Amino acid sequence: MPTEQLSERSEGARRLENVVIRFAGDSGDGMQLTGDRFGAQAAAIGNDVATLPNYPAEIRAPAGTVAGVSSYQLHIADHDIRTPGDQPDVLIAMNPAALKANVAELRPGGVIILDTDSFTVLGLEKAGYDIDPLTDGSLDAFQVHAINLTGFAAAAVADHNLKRKDAARTKNMFALGLVSWMFSQQIEDTIAYLQKRFASKPDVQAANVSALRAGWIYGETTEAFANVYEVKPAPLPAGTYRHMKGNKAVAYGLVAAAHQAAMPLFLGAYPITPASEILHELAALASNDVRSFQAEDEIAAIGAAIGGSYAGMLGVTVTSGPGMALKAEALGLAVIMELPLVIVNVQRGGPSTGLPTKTEQSDLLQALYGRHGEAPMPVIAVRSAADGFDAAMEAARIALAYRTPVILLSDAYIANGSEPWRVPEVEELPFIGIDLATEPNGVDADGNPIFLPYARDPVTLARPLAIPGTPGLTHRIGGLEKADLTGAVSYDPDNHDLMIRTRQSKIDGIDVPPLEVDDPSGPPGSGADVLVIGWGSTWGPIGEACRQVRAEGMKVAQAHLRHIVPLPANLASVLSEYHTVLVPEMNLGQLAGHLRRETLIDTVGYNQTRGMPFRTAELASVITRVIQGIDEDASGAAGTKPVGDVGARLAAMSEAGAAKPAARASTATANQHDVTREAGR
Amino acid sequence: MSTVNGKAEEPVGGTSGRRAPTVADFTTGQEVRWCPGCGDHAILSTMRGLLPALGVAPENTVVVSGIGCSSRLPYYLDTYGIHSIHGRAPSFATGISINRPDLSVWVVTGDGDALAIGGNHLIHALRRNVNLKILLLNNHIYGLTKGQASPTSKVGTIGPSSPFGSLDNPFNPIALALGAGATFVARTIDSDRRHLTATLTAAAAHKGAALVEIRQGCPTFSAIPRQPSRAAGQESPAEPDNPAAPEHGPIRLSPGLPIVFGAKEQWGVVRDPSTGELGIGHGGDSRVVVHDPGTQNSTYAYGLARLAETSLAEPPIGVYRSVSQPSFDELYQERLATARPDGRGDLRSLLTGSDSWVVAG
Repeated sequence: MPTEQLSERSEGARRLENVVIRFAGDSGDGMQLTGDRFGAQAAAIGNDVATLPNYPAEIRAPAGTVAGVSSYQLHIADHDIRTPGDQPDVLIAMNPAALKANVAELRPGGVIILDTDSFTVLGLEKAGYDIDPLTDGSLDAFQVHAINLTGFAAAAVADHNLKRKDAARTKNMFALGLVSWMFSQQIEDTIAYLQKRFASKPDVQAANVSALRAGWIYGETTEAFANVYEVKPAPLPAGTYRHMKGNKAVAYGLVAAAHQAAMPLFLGAYPITPASEILHELAALASNDVRSFQAEDEIAAIGAAIGGSYAGMLGVTVTSGPGMALKAEALGLAVIMELPLVIVNVQRGGPSTGLPTKTEQSDLLQALYGRHGEAPMPVIAVRSAADGFDAAMEAARIALAYRTPVILLSDAYIANGSEPWRVPEVEELPFIGIDLATEPNGVDADGNPIFLPYARDPVTLARPLAIPGTPGLTHRIGGLEKADLTGAVSYDPDNHDLMIRTRQSKIDGIDVPPLEVDDPSGPPGSGADVLVIGWGSTWGPIGEACRQVRAEGMKVAQAHLRHIVPLPANLASVLSEYHTVLVPEMNLGQLAGHLRRETLIDTVGYNQTRGMPFRTAELASVITRVIQGIDEDASGAAGTKPVGDVGARLAAMSEAGAAKPAARASTATANQHDVTREAGR
Repeated sequence: MSTVNGKAEEPVGGTSGRRAPTVADFTTGQEVRWCPGCGDHAILSTMRGLLPALGVAPENTVVVSGIGCSSRLPYYLDTYGIHSIHGRAPSFATGISINRPDLSVWVVTGDGDALAIGGNHLIHALRRNVNLKILLLNNHIYGLTKGQASPTSKVGTIGPSSPFGSLDNPFNPIALALGAGATFVARTIDSDRRHLTATLTAAAAHKGAALVEIRQGCPTFSAIPRQPSRAAGQESPAEPDNPAAPEHGPIRLSPGLPIVFGAKEQWGVVRDPSTGELGIGHGGDSRVVVHDPGTQNSTYAYGLARLAETSLAEPPIGVYRSVSQPSFDELYQERLATARPDGRGDLRSLLTGSDSWVVAG
C-alpha cells in the first residue's frame, strides 16, 4: 500500500512505497512496448518490479473497440514484491475503449491520464459509450487528467517528416515520457533503446525520441500536474541485476544449461502463442552455439529435437498446450529410447485454442499423464519470470543425468511478465555435463566386447549414451520394447514388465530437494494450522496473500512445488502436519488430485480459470476464511463451508435446488472429517 | 567427439586408415522377419552391399525409419539407427543430419508411412533439401496392418477396410516429390538388383535430399502384380504393337540417351513441339526426347512422371531429376559458422546484457 495516497496537492517528489500503474490502449498503440520500457526504467532505479501484460489474441482487433484493448500493468515498489498488484493506482487510457475496459478495476481515488484526441463521437461510439464519460460525472471518484496526448505528440514530431498517421503513433512515447516524469524516472535508457530499435529508420527514431522527451517536458512544465512521485530503490542482495521476462529467462536458462553441459543447444520448435518468444530468443543466439530449427509442425519440432539429442546435442522443444497434445506420441518414444530432452510447455487457457494469450495452469494432468502406456516423465514448474532461468537449468540437469525427457511447465503470465533477476556468476552455475560412452561395456556369449545400450548406472538407472560417429558402439534404438541390457527388440513378457518397472523406478528415484515451508510462526507441526501449497506462477500471489494474512495477525504457512514428478520425498509428512492444506490453482484442482493420489491427503481447493493470475486480496480473503473456518469448527459453531466463488455459487445452486451438487463443489469444501488429516494432527 | 560441436569440416566420415568395411560389418545378428518373397529382402541385401562400397564407416551411417514393414530395416543394418514413430522419420533424421554433417543419414519408409501419416514431413524434408537419402519402399498396400489400401493403391483396391473397392485416387510419389521441389528424384524396382544398386548409388552421391521410390509387390497381400523383369532384347510376344502392353516392362531412363523402349526400341517418348507435352511415339521419331535429369525446370520430369498414368502399363524407372542446389545442412552449418567465427560466444556477456545494473552490498 502506498505510504501516501496519490493526492492532488503536493510540493516536490512524494515518496511512495509502491504503486500500480496500468497502460491501456488499442492493440496498435504500442502499450506492450510502453509498459516494458517503464518497467525497465523502474528496474534501473532499483525498484522491485512485477508486470502483467494483457493483450487480445487478435493481432489487430477492430480499432477503438473494447475487444481490441491491450494493457500492461506494472507494480513497482521500494520493497520485495511478488505480484503485479490487484488494482491500478494510475490508469493511462489511450482511447475510450481502454478507459471503459479498465476503469472498473482502478482504485477509487486513483489517477486517470487519458488521451482526449480519440474522445470523439465516433471514438465513444466504437467503445460503446452512449454518453461521454468525461462529462457525465462517472469519473468523479478519480483524479482525471484529460490531455490531448496525440496532439502534443504530433506537434512534437512535426519536424521529422513523418506522415500524419505515423506522427500520431508516437503518442505512446509521449505518454511514457509524461508518466516517467510523474514518477521521477530517467528516460535516458529508453532513448538509447529507441535509438537501437529504430536504427534503420532515422526519422522514426528521431520522432519517438522527440515525443518521449516532449512528454517528460510537458509534465515538468504543465500546471495540471502539481505532483511528482518517487519510489525508492528496493533493498536487494548485492549483485548485478537485469529486468527479466519469463520467456527470456527460460531461453537463457537453456543456453546456460547447454554451456554447463558442454554441449550445443538444439531447439526444434513450431510457432505457438505464448511460447514463440523462446524460439525467437534462441534463434538470435547462434553466436552462443545455439542451433534453432523451425519445423513444419509440432510433431516434427520434437522429432528434430529428439534427433538432435540422439546426435549429441542438448535437444529442446518449446510449445503450448495444443502443441503438447501433438507431441504426445513422440514423448513416449523419447521415454522408451531414454534420451535427454527438455520440453517447455508455456501454458495458456484451454481446451483447444481456448484463450491463447491468457494464462492458466490446466496442462498439469496432461504433463503427468498425457501419454499412452506407462510413460513416466519428470515434471518441473517455473514459479516466476526470473525463476525461468533456474527452472530451465534444473530441467536440463535431470534430462541429462537421467537420460529422460523432462517437461518444464511455464505459463502465459510468467512468459510475458517480468521482474528483476540477479545475474548469476557463470562460475557459480553447476556443471551438468555427462560422459558419453566411448568403449564397449559388456561382452557377448563368445566373450567379444559389445556395447550394451540398456545397461544402467546402478544409482541413477541412467543408460549409457553412445552418439553416432563413435566407432564400435553402433546400435539401434526405437519404439519397440527393448531387451534389458542389449536394447534388442524384445516381446518377452517378463522383460516388458521389468523394463516398465525400471523406467518408472528411474523417474521415482530422481534426486529432488525436500519441500521447504515458509512459516515465520514455526516449523511444520508447531506453527500455523493452515498450509497453502501451490505450483507454478501462483507462487507470487500466494506469497503476497500469506504476507497480508500474517500482517493481520494470523498464522499461515506457505510451500511451493518446483518438482511435481517426482514429488519431494518429505511431501506427505509435511502436509500431514497441518490441519488444512489449501491448494489455489488456475484450474479445477489438478494438483489437488495429484496430491491426493500420491499422499492420500485431502486438500481444500481454491480454483479459478479466468485467464488472469490470482489477486492477492482474493487469496488473502480465502486463506482468512479457511483459518477462521477451522476456529469456528473447533468451537463447534460452524460446519463445512464452501470456499471460493465457484464453491459458493455451486452451493447456492444446490441449496436452491437449481442444480445437482457437483462433484467439484465437494473438492472446494474442506472435508472436516478426513481420517488422514485427523491422523496427521 | 569434436564433431559434436559441429566443427568437423570434413565430408561425410570415411574409413581411411582402417580396413575397408564389408557386408558383414553392416549386418546385425537380428533375425530378419519379413515374409518370404518380400522385396524388402532384396533391398536389405542391396543396402548391405552398397554401404561398404560407399566408403562410409558403419559408425558414421545413421538409418532412421518410421513404422511399417519397410521400417524394420534399420534393425538389420549394423549402423546407428532409430526405429521411430509412424510417418515422422524425416523429422528425426533432419535433427540428426543438420547438426552432424559428418554423418550419412538415410530414411527408410513406406507408402503408408511417407505418403499418408507422414506426408507433411516428407514434403518439407524435400523442399528444404535436407541431406537425407530417403528410400520409399512402395508396395502399394498397408502390409503390417494386414492389407488395407494405401495412398498408392489403385482405385478399386479391395482390402479389409475397402471391401467394395477403394475410392481414392493414388499419389504418384515421383510427381509429389517434384512438386515439393525435390532436387533428386528416382524410381527403381526391387526385382532388379543392378538397377536398384545403381539408383541408390546415385542417390548416395547426391548432396541434398534424395527421394528414391522403390516399387515392390507384396507377396502376402498382393496389391499389385509383381513386375516382370524384362531381360534386354527379350521379345514381347503378346502385344508388340501396343506401347501400353505390360510385356514391355518399364521404360528405363538413362541420362544422355533417347527415351526409347520395346523389344526393338520401337517406341519412344516424344515431345510435342507446339505444347511441350510429352507423349508416346515411334522410336525413330525425330521428336524423341533425350533424357536429361539435370533439367532445372521440373516440368519435364513431372511430364515423365505423369506419362504412365495415361499411356503406359507401368511408370518409367531411373533418375527423373538430379539438380544441384545448396543443401539445408550446408546453409545451416554456414550460418552457425558465420555467427561464431571465434568459437562459442561468451555466456557471461549474454547473461549480463547491456541493460543490467549493480546493487552494492
